[in-house]
Amino acid sequence: MAHPTRRWRGVTPWLFLLAPLVLLITFTYAPIVNMVAYSFTDWDGVSPGLHYTGAENYAELFTRSELFEVFFVSGYYLAASVVQIAAALYFATVLSFNVRFRNFFKGVLFFPYLINGVAIGFVFLYFFQDGGTLDAILGLVGYDGDRAWLGTPISANVSLAGVSVWRYMGLNFVLFLGAIQSIPGELYEAAEIDGANRWQQFRHIIAPGIRPVLSLSVILSVSGSLSVFEIPYIMTGGATGTETFVIQTVKLAFQFNKTGLASAAAVVLLLIILAVTWVQRRLVPDDKVDLV
Amino acid sequence: MTRRTVARALVYLSLVLATLVVFLPLAVVFLTSLKTSGEMADDSGALTLPDDPLNFSNYVTAFQDGRMLSAFGNTAIILVFAIGGTILIGSMTAYAIDRFRFRFRKLVLALFLVAALVPGVTTQVATFQIVNSVGMFDSLWAPIALYMGTDIVSIYIFLQFVRSIPVSLDESARLDGANAFTVYRKIIFPLLKPAIATVVIVKGINVYNDFYIPFLYMPSEDLGVISTSLFRFKGPFGAHWETISAGAILVIAPTLVVFLLLQRFIYNGFTRGATK
Repeated sequence: MAHPTRRWRGVTPWLFLLAPLVLLITFTYAPIVNMVAYSFTDWDGVSPGLHYTGAENYAELFTRSELFEVFFVSGYYLAASVVQIAAALYFATVLSFNVRFRNFFKGVLFFPYLINGVAIGFVFLYFFQDGGTLDAILGLVGYDGDRAWLGTPISANVSLAGVSVWRYMGLNFVLFLGAIQSIPGELYEAAEIDGANRWQQFRHIIAPGIRPVLSLSVILSVSGSLSVFEIPYIMTGGATGTETFVIQTVKLAFQFNKTGLASAAAVVLLLIILAVTWVQRRLVPDDKVDLV
Repeated sequence: MTRRTVARALVYLSLVLATLVVFLPLAVVFLTSLKTSGEMADDSGALTLPDDPLNFSNYVTAFQDGRMLSAFGNTAIILVFAIGGTILIGSMTAYAIDRFRFRFRKLVLALFLVAALVPGVTTQVATFQIVNSVGMFDSLWAPIALYMGTDIVSIYIFLQFVRSIPVSLDESARLDGANAFTVYRKIIFPLLKPAIATVVIVKGINVYNDFYIPFLYMPSEDLGVISTSLFRFKGPFGAHWETISAGAILVIAPTLVVFLLLQRFIYNGFTRGATK
């Protein structure tokens, strides 16, 4: 009699896991396997047979400079994320002390992170437009003359990276603020009694306390900079030298039907992001990963 | 003493500047949404106030010609199914992994953990083929299935919560004759409310804002969600910034309302979602 119930015991967890595993395998693992397979073919995404071409796609990716140039655009976003993290750290530190209207400022700094990306794209298209918000503000301060902010590659990329800071700074800020506020208050009091100034409090109490969150933010920024899509796609469509790696991949796959080449590009991006994550895990061992 | 005062003044100055940087671009778009096309044409500058602050005609245009009503409807359907599905999937996975010891348990857990490292943007080239082959392309089911099937962060959140529920609760129910499904439904699930609240908020905002997935998988105009419908303003309303602005404000307004009402939950939710 004990036998059938035990067998049921073994089946029960799988009943709960059936749907989640089917979804996980269908939409995460099967695509990865297929993508690697496509990357060695010249498939166009429609024809029934796959034609194996070896590492040709990878060779094309690394030798045709215009395909690889898009990585330089990531540099703008990477630089922007340094600014973004620095600003987030500054505001989180400042607002962790006693400041008037603290909740108001916290809300204002965080809110952009919640806004729809397409809406942000349009808001800033108008902002950078000829005679738009930015020109009007500069006009108030005395700088006259219309500028095509999105007109040259450098200016356009800097502008778009600026939009990205505007949009994402709030998340870093709230993460830092949460980490700072979880530091016990007695530490500050003790430091204050010992005569430590604000900078010393930052260096010796706050900085160590936010190290894990800081390293998380760095990794998110690096992988985020490599996979930028929404802001440039919505605002410029990748024109005037603002095309990013993901925009290029989407165009290759869905406009030019080069599924094979696009897959190779996506595999390269995936490997880079996994490598970055791995390096970060090695540099900053995360003692909170204890889910097993 | 004076140095402290100066430092304090500089701090407030920086906060006020940051507030302006956040507000000005949004405020100008709001002002623009209240202007008439005539006002836009006479080149009075972006910072001028609208002649009639109660001119909502651009909003009417955005709603009618921009198909924003059906966009909000589609987004609402996707939200309900995707969030409901995510909660079920996440809580079931967490319950099975935390409360049972079975063969390949570690492998299953590893599959979920590793999947969290793979950014969704990179695999869409191949995901597209799968979605297409199961016939979900260009239907509301594509985003629903992708949103609920690829959300590993929610599974993490549920896993942490299930672990904090004492096993003795399950055991006493088992002694009263409850089976695994009753334990899940009557004991575990009701105790997961805080986790569910977190997932509803984070997931809700992410789905509401997502552009990439609906853009790739639902090209039909009838299937526009708010992101894609707003994106389509670019064509027909090309130079009509007053209409585009009204559309953008229509999309931002619900977010603002939700944020003002649920501030604390939203901060907690995103902190929890990002750090795990």
